[in-house]
Amino acid sequence: MSIVEKHRVIEKNATLLFAGSLFVVAIGGIVEIAPLFYLENTIEKVEGMRPYSPLELAGRDIYIREGCYTCHSQMIRPFRDEVERYGHYSLAAESMYDHPFQWGSKRTGPDLARVGGRYSDEWHVQHLIEPRSVVPESVMPSYAFLKDKKLDVSDFATHLIAQQAVGVPYTEEMVANAQADILAQADPDADTTDLLARYPKAKTGDFDGNPNALTEMDALVAYLQMLGTLVDFSTYDETAGYR
Amino acid sequence: METYTAMREFADSWALLAMTLFFIGAVLFVFRPGSRDLAKDAAHIPLKDD
Amino acid sequence: MRYGAEIVGVGVLAFIALIGAALGVDEPFRQHMWVLFFTVVAFGALLMRNTTFGPKQPVDQSIYMDGPIRYGAIATVFWAVVGLLVGVIVALQLAFPDLNVEPWFNFGRTRPLHTSAVIFAFCGNALISTSFYCVQRTSRARLFGGNLAWFVFWGYQLFIVMAATGYLLGITQSREYAEPEWYVDIWLTIVWVAYLVVFLGTILKRKEPHIYVANWFYLAFIITIAMLHIVNNLAMPVSFLGSRSYSLFSGVQDALTQWWYGHNAVGFFLTAGFLGMMYYFVPKQAGRPVYSYRLSIIHFWALIFLYIWAGPHHLHYTALPDWAQTLGMVFSIMLWMPSWGGMINGLMTLSGAWDKIRTDPIIRMMVAAIAFYGMATFEGPMMSIKAVNSLSHYTDWTIGHVHSGALGWNGLISFAAVYFLVPKLWGRAGLYSQRMVIWHFWLAMTGIVIYAAVMWVSGIMQGLMWREYDEQGFLVYSFAETVAAMFPYYAARAFGGGLYLLGALIMAYNITRTILGHQREEAPIGGVAHKPALQPAE
Repeated sequence: MSIVEKHRVIEKNATLLFAGSLFVVAIGGIVEIAPLFYLENTIEKVEGMRPYSPLELAGRDIYIREGCYTCHSQMIRPFRDEVERYGHYSLAAESMYDHPFQWGSKRTGPDLARVGGRYSDEWHVQHLIEPRSVVPESVMPSYAFLKDKKLDVSDFATHLIAQQAVGVPYTEEMVANAQADILAQADPDADTTDLLARYPKAKTGDFDGNPNALTEMDALVAYLQMLGTLVDFSTYDETAGYR
Repeated sequence: METYTAMREFADSWALLAMTLFFIGAVLFVFRPGSRDLAKDAAHIPLKDD
Repeated sequence: MRYGAEIVGVGVLAFIALIGAALGVDEPFRQHMWVLFFTVVAFGALLMRNTTFGPKQPVDQSIYMDGPIRYGAIATVFWAVVGLLVGVIVALQLAFPDLNVEPWFNFGRTRPLHTSAVIFAFCGNALISTSFYCVQRTSRARLFGGNLAWFVFWGYQLFIVMAATGYLLGITQSREYAEPEWYVDIWLTIVWVAYLVVFLGTILKRKEPHIYVANWFYLAFIITIAMLHIVNNLAMPVSFLGSRSYSLFSGVQDALTQWWYGHNAVGFFLTAGFLGMMYYFVPKQAGRPVYSYRLSIIHFWALIFLYIWAGPHHLHYTALPDWAQTLGMVFSIMLWMPSWGGMINGLMTLSGAWDKIRTDPIIRMMVAAIAFYGMATFEGPMMSIKAVNSLSHYTDWTIGHVHSGALGWNGLISFAAVYFLVPKLWGRAGLYSQRMVIWHFWLAMTGIVIYAAVMWVSGIMQGLMWREYDEQGFLVYSFAETVAAMFPYYAARAFGGGLYLLGALIMAYNITRTILGHQREEAPIGGVAHKPALQPAE
């Protein structure tokens, strides 16, 4: 059969058309995505990154549930205005434990990659309850219900086990203490020595202004307050990442 | 570094050339004179019945 | 017994839903399983009302299977109205934030509801029903697999209901356009494989030797969406009785996988599938073959090869490695060529029959759709240039771009296909009203133009305000000031969307009356009636 006849075969053979199309559409993804898993300069080595504490992880789940990513990015681009407004540009390593990533695609509200520590807990709680009482121009919805909703902590270790399964380096000790840690982090009277040993720099204490109950507001504010705080940029050596 | 540079150089040269040649070949092949009647037949398929 | 196996299957599914509702480990999952239970029970009741115990009637294999297509056409119109209505609501929520009703109707939950309702419910139903119509006519064969086509239709509606109610309950993976959680994803995979079997099976048993090019596009769309859906949704559930899962990939890899998916949901769902629609319905309505069949072959292979690479342009200047960003940009720009090749091919199909734009409102809609396809596929590569993207990214410009594609291209070509299909499927002489199609057309056009223009202005303004410095080197605007500046544009955008919705409501009325068999008394279009009567030569 001459070469001229070949495309005629594809045009008439559904199986070949199927296989050919699948092959053609597979190439681009393989070439672009596969190298990210083994090219070592994809993610720079950075001090300070650690998995989320159980309370932060629970807060992150609420952040995802409420669709915060539809209006807030967590990815500061290396431009003068963004760095001045939000802080040091985001590093790949800073989202290495983010399953899924939360870079976002739209800034109806400001970037949150380094919002941790910028405002007080009280500000966050007030802002989430009635956004326009602290930022009059805001178009953010109210999230007052979070303050009344008890955080569901039943069997929280299963969340850490699922994270382990996708490659987050939670130790067996962290899994075993997940339940104790999630309660201790938002309890102002708890002994947090072990918690802080496992999760350095974690913010502790009552977050939502109600020390008697562990609410979804506690978890969300705990998460917001740690965003972007793990890497110490006063000691970060940018050139160490060059290879 | 090694893999990255090697792959980058390969992509910039031979892979690019191969893709360009393949594309030109594919276009020439589709527009070869012999395919005119075939294409005409195929183009009339939707108008054949209802 | 008619539907015997189906009723048993529905019963089993209802039982599984009940177990989930009883034993679910988190509250949203239990609520979601109750939704599933009642939906499935209602469907089971419908099946049982239609069952008969007589002997099986043999199916006439020589006639086309149009039942699922009729249902699909109705579902397309219904979900179009729903999706657009939710769109207008979310647009108003941005202008008037007090319209948010916590927790179920906050913007973060209604926005995925809008995008999924439009992409998957409206466009998805349009694609499934038109592909079933096209593949039967161009293969001259009845749909393969008997009632499997019905399973595809109803299974897909169940997916839509589960996805939509899940968002409102707070069940989401936060992956844009792939928000449904793991169990809904598994269900969609099953339905999608059934869709592939029906479609490919019909092609395999065709009586026409050649596979018409529209079917290539539909087939590539089905295959690629299957591949994208499975890879992008790889995740580890926290519990098999819970709604939460964690994606297999993290950070950089996860971001690129998601936008490889996200961009090709546009590239294959909203482009390749709809090009299949164009290559069948435009020649059909115009009554002439496609301009260049050979160009369509190049169009096909070039488009499906190039599109897959374009995902990284959603991640310019992020922590994604530079080489991947550059690759994404280069391929996005190259993509301009096959896109415009396709546009020219579609438009030139009308060469020699341009007067039809004036006399045939459906052709007018198709031509406008193809023109918007051309504009959106010019704007897209431009926005993928890194320098442009540094301004446009994170702003409303992107939203405007998406809507000129979705409202202009996907919306108008689907509406045109529905107007073409409905009289044929129900055996009517024509539409209830041609003039209402013209009303629909101009309302839609005005709506799109307002929407796109307003979003250009607001997006570029927003991007410029963010980066504006005064002479001392300080940022001029706080973020809150840029939010306040958006208000008039958000209000105008909602107005534009409202006009588009109004057009769709007119279509829904027109289609309903057509299906009921009514015909409106109206003057013919194109000035035929206004010709001066000839004078007898006396």
